[in-house]
Amino acid sequence: MPFGNTHNNFKLNFKVEDEFPDLSKHNNHMAKVLTKEIYGKLRDKQTPSGYTLDDVIQTGVDNPGHPFIMTVGCVAGDEESYEVFKDLLDPIISDRHGGYKPTDKHATDLNFENLKGGDDLDPNYVLSSRVRTGRSIKGYTLPPHNSRGERRAIEKLSVEALTSLDGEFKGRYYPLKSMTDAEQDQLINDHFLFDKPVSPLLTCAGMARDWPDGRGIWHNDAKSFLVWVNEEDHLRVIAMEGGGNMREVFRRFCVGLKRIEEIFKKHNHGFMWNEHLGYVLTCPSNLGTGLRGGVHVKLPKLSTHAKFDEILGRLRLQKRGTGGVDTASVGGVFDISNADRLGSSEVAQVQLVVDGVKLMVEMEKKLEKGEAVDSMIPAQK
Amino acid sequence: MASNFYRILSSKRNVGILSLVGAGSITGAVLLRREHVTASAHVRRTYPASAEYPDLRQHNNCMASHLTPAIYAKLCDKSTPNGYTLDQAIQTGVDNPGHPFIKTVGMVAGDEETYEVFADLLDPIIRERHNGYDSRTMTHPTDLDSSKLHSGLFDERYVLSSRVRTGRSIRGLSLPPACTRAERREVERVTVDALAGLSGDLAGKYYSLTQMTDAEQQQLIDDHFLFDKPVSPLLTCAGMARDWPDARGIWHNNEKTFLVWINEEDHTRVISMEKGGNMKRVFDRFCRGLKEVERMIQEKGWEFMWNEKLGYILSCPSNLGTGLRAGVHVNLPRLSKDPRFSKILDNLRLQKRGTGGVDTAAVGSTFDISNLDRLGQSEVQLVQTVVDGVNYLIECEKKLEKGQDIKVPAPPKGN
Repeated sequence: MPFGNTHNNFKLNFKVEDEFPDLSKHNNHMAKVLTKEIYGKLRDKQTPSGYTLDDVIQTGVDNPGHPFIMTVGCVAGDEESYEVFKDLLDPIISDRHGGYKPTDKHATDLNFENLKGGDDLDPNYVLSSRVRTGRSIKGYTLPPHNSRGERRAIEKLSVEALTSLDGEFKGRYYPLKSMTDAEQDQLINDHFLFDKPVSPLLTCAGMARDWPDGRGIWHNDAKSFLVWVNEEDHLRVIAMEGGGNMREVFRRFCVGLKRIEEIFKKHNHGFMWNEHLGYVLTCPSNLGTGLRGGVHVKLPKLSTHAKFDEILGRLRLQKRGTGGVDTASVGGVFDISNADRLGSSEVAQVQLVVDGVKLMVEMEKKLEKGEAVDSMIPAQK
Repeated sequence: MASNFYRILSSKRNVGILSLVGAGSITGAVLLRREHVTASAHVRRTYPASAEYPDLRQHNNCMASHLTPAIYAKLCDKSTPNGYTLDQAIQTGVDNPGHPFIKTVGMVAGDEETYEVFADLLDPIIRERHNGYDSRTMTHPTDLDSSKLHSGLFDERYVLSSRVRTGRSIRGLSLPPACTRAERREVERVTVDALAGLSGDLAGKYYSLTQMTDAEQQQLIDDHFLFDKPVSPLLTCAGMARDWPDARGIWHNNEKTFLVWINEEDHTRVISMEKGGNMKRVFDRFCRGLKEVERMIQEKGWEFMWNEKLGYILSCPSNLGTGLRAGVHVNLPRLSKDPRFSKILDNLRLQKRGTGGVDTAAVGSTFDISNLDRLGQSEVQLVQTVVDGVNYLIECEKKLEKGQDIKVPAPPKGN
């Protein structure tokens, strides 16, 4: 929470055992890693902006989790959280990101030319293509922690940067608190409008404070490039279009991101990035590329195949319903995207999506003809 | 009365304001069982107050009505000795603009000292919410002598149940919006300890939310005793649901007529109730139980948060004073349809709610009728108001049954 944490000093009057949260019913990454020893070691620390261990873990304490879905259970309040609380966050990062070590380096590659293919996904099956990521602006604290003044400064800087874009990226900003009803309806129809978070995973982390102050949506005139300001991260950047031309979507994504980054750098506020964690975002699950590249694809037969989940696992992909995370699929249409974020580059992750979806569409076509697909099941990527 | 603090303005470039807040409770009461905390409130300030001032243009709550930019600028870098800040206190009101018809309070207290450190904002809110009560010049009467209550037996053809509730806070421990896990567990321990000492018709048992069995849970639901994790954003945005269900629980006596909630919206909520119209007995038990619990905690060196200006200190400014809501479920089929019903209630200083509690609708013609006021009158006075008022409502209903006309009573003097 903003303005330092005098309250944290006061808590030190109490013993570790008395303050340690009861995590006996919990199933999230934080609960699996946090011991009394770690809690005792870190609880008197705070980042320069005043973010504390209890701030980091509150969302995981309040949300025990689901027996089947493993949530992260903690958030960062600023860039320094990942350093000051590394005794807690490094093991969590390792658990979440396939054994990623504190000494590992993350490769960033936003050169869209390095992507092979991706422009020939069959539009009879692939209904739409989308790539999203997040960016945090260096020098500001993150959504769980920032004050109104900071959030407004982030908005102001972001709007300045975005409105200076031209060409295919020329567009407009719609602040949430002064949107007209007509604008709101249009944004809803375009599937662009984001709403006040209702998920307790986010609200317990303080991300919905002061809503809708400082929040808004920017998109280009062509409605193919979209930026959310001050939702779960400082910026969420999205490129999308109908059909299967993921190559084009990824091109626009990379070009747009680079343009935005240049402008922020000119204002002496580049993006938070380091060679160990890649792009630094609020949720440890989004470190690295923060990238989720995906398609909406019709796989009614393949999705009912006994080995569907195994195929996805081997391709390093995940499925979601077309309403996004935690929704069910409708009519055999799935949202298929990369499972990884940290430890591989943007190009590599989108390549997995492109190659994997292409293969699965081939398999779907075979199943339609009544042919077996066992020989096509891939090896583990 | 105010805490001591020094403010050191650093150089212009580093716009930081270091404020050292001296410890010391405002009432001069020693913080028992706790070391002195000299919290040096190093406030991280990179933006001026004007950049941080909330946008309250869409808001309709008491906080928004009284928080001017000037008051915000004056208070925004202060904190209580425990480190509770203005932004924390008002967060719930910023996040919940309110309803055009219902005016919520829009802020909470994180500890006893909140009411003093942020008095510039809380005093006008208290004045607005509590009929002009001015804690600078007035004193609040506390009176838990239930023998003074008269005519507290209602006609049970109309009154289905009677209930009195209040809240109590344990001095020296932060309130639910701000308490740490250790503090919350201490509240639980102190209270459960005290309740275990009750005997006779007050003897009972504690059910911790974390350890309740399924059978116990079902019984408590059937008895309408179980409280659930708050879902109202008014409470969640104030931080009251943190660490749920750690250190939360319900205690009730074996007869199921005296009930204590621990660590829900306040440290404790104390409820006396029974079916039927014997408000006298309900109030007797209420006062007796409260006094017993107070005696028990005092034996161990604790006391309730109370002062003669604001009475009993609770999380929400609307519950200051007595924190008391005395009410009945009463059936008024004819009166409730009379266009003068609301005015009659107003003049009797009563309010109606649905039988599901605040913000629910009435079922059929059965209403929850209770006192409007909390601060500035004693417990005895407020319960007497309910008794007199409900008796008057029943008289009206009986008159209407006989085809006679009713009168709207005069409003109380000075209102």
